[in-house]
Amino acid sequence: MSRLSIRLFTVLALALAVGLATAVSPYASSAPDGLERVADDKAFLDKGKLHPVQEDAPIPGYAFPGVQNPRVATGLAGFVGSLGVFAIGCGLTFVIRRRRGSPGATATA
Amino acid sequence: MVSPPVALHIPDGFLSGGVAAAGAVLAVAAVAYGLRVADRDLDEARVPLLGVLAAFVFAAQMLNFPVAGGTSGHFLGATLAAVLLGPWIACVVMAVVIAVQALAFADGGVSALGANVVNMGVLGALCAGFAIQAGLRVLPQTRAAFLGLVAVVSWLAVMVGAAATSVELAASGTVPLGTALPAMLGVHALIGIGEAVITAVAVGAVLTARPDLIAVGRFEAPGYATGAPQAGVAS
Repeated sequence: MSRLSIRLFTVLALALAVGLATAVSPYASSAPDGLERVADDKAFLDKGKLHPVQEDAPIPGYAFPGVQNPRVATGLAGFVGSLGVFAIGCGLTFVIRRRRGSPGATATA
Repeated sequence: MVSPPVALHIPDGFLSGGVAAAGAVLAVAAVAYGLRVADRDLDEARVPLLGVLAAFVFAAQMLNFPVAGGTSGHFLGATLAAVLLGPWIACVVMAVVIAVQALAFADGGVSALGANVVNMGVLGALCAGFAIQAGLRVLPQTRAAFLGLVAVVSWLAVMVGAAATSVELAASGTVPLGTALPAMLGVHALIGIGEAVITAVAVGAVLTARPDLIAVGRFEAPGYATGAPQAGVAS
């Protein structure tokens, strides 16, 4: 059976991830999630607070700043976030491989 | 009203300093070991996978789906990452996602970051990775058995994370264990079904497109994916 090339696999999987984060996340359920529901029911939700560092978070609460339409703001946040973590993951891999020296040094095929 | 997806993650203020610090120590240890494993084991084919999986986990964690009674849940992804990268490298992927969520999106605490990485990443990835390896030894080596195993284990991974969260909340004096544990397990039993379905579908897709990218069980069950013999040479 013919396999997808790793390049095509990567492009398709990344497109799916970015697409979901951008186009589907604005329509995700906004109901309280598991932990939040329990915290609310058991009356400790109000103990939660932001860390001072998070006051300066660039995209607080998955709403892209300065965008009025909440769906667009969430979609943009998803777009930037999914590409951002992809970049960080690739950066980490790059650093690991460079540390290791020559690429493709492992024995497994 | 559209409100942004909110935390399935522990915010700051829920955990005591000691519990948060213990979580941080465990998370740092697991991620450090994961980086060493990546340094040693990450083969050519999997090089782009770390970033792609981080993107997929981030995306899927934004997609809250409704479960019973006006509650929602979202995919966690530790089992998926463990299946594709092995349990230890999966810890690194989950830590990247959860750290970005906390620092860039103010989702999940900063003091509680380690605990969140442990609950949603490390515990799930390690339990899933080793449970799947164990399961493969006794199950028939078929696609259906493998995907069924992945589904069950991903449900379990969510339950383990929920249980750990309850224990941490109780140890912090936030809520008694007898109150937190049944409530957390009850909700997450439903959320885990979503996790199981998404993980099985995603692993099934990878199994069809690139069976060689399945890391867990690779050496135990050569050729289970397509029937084609696989080299499976462990060094």
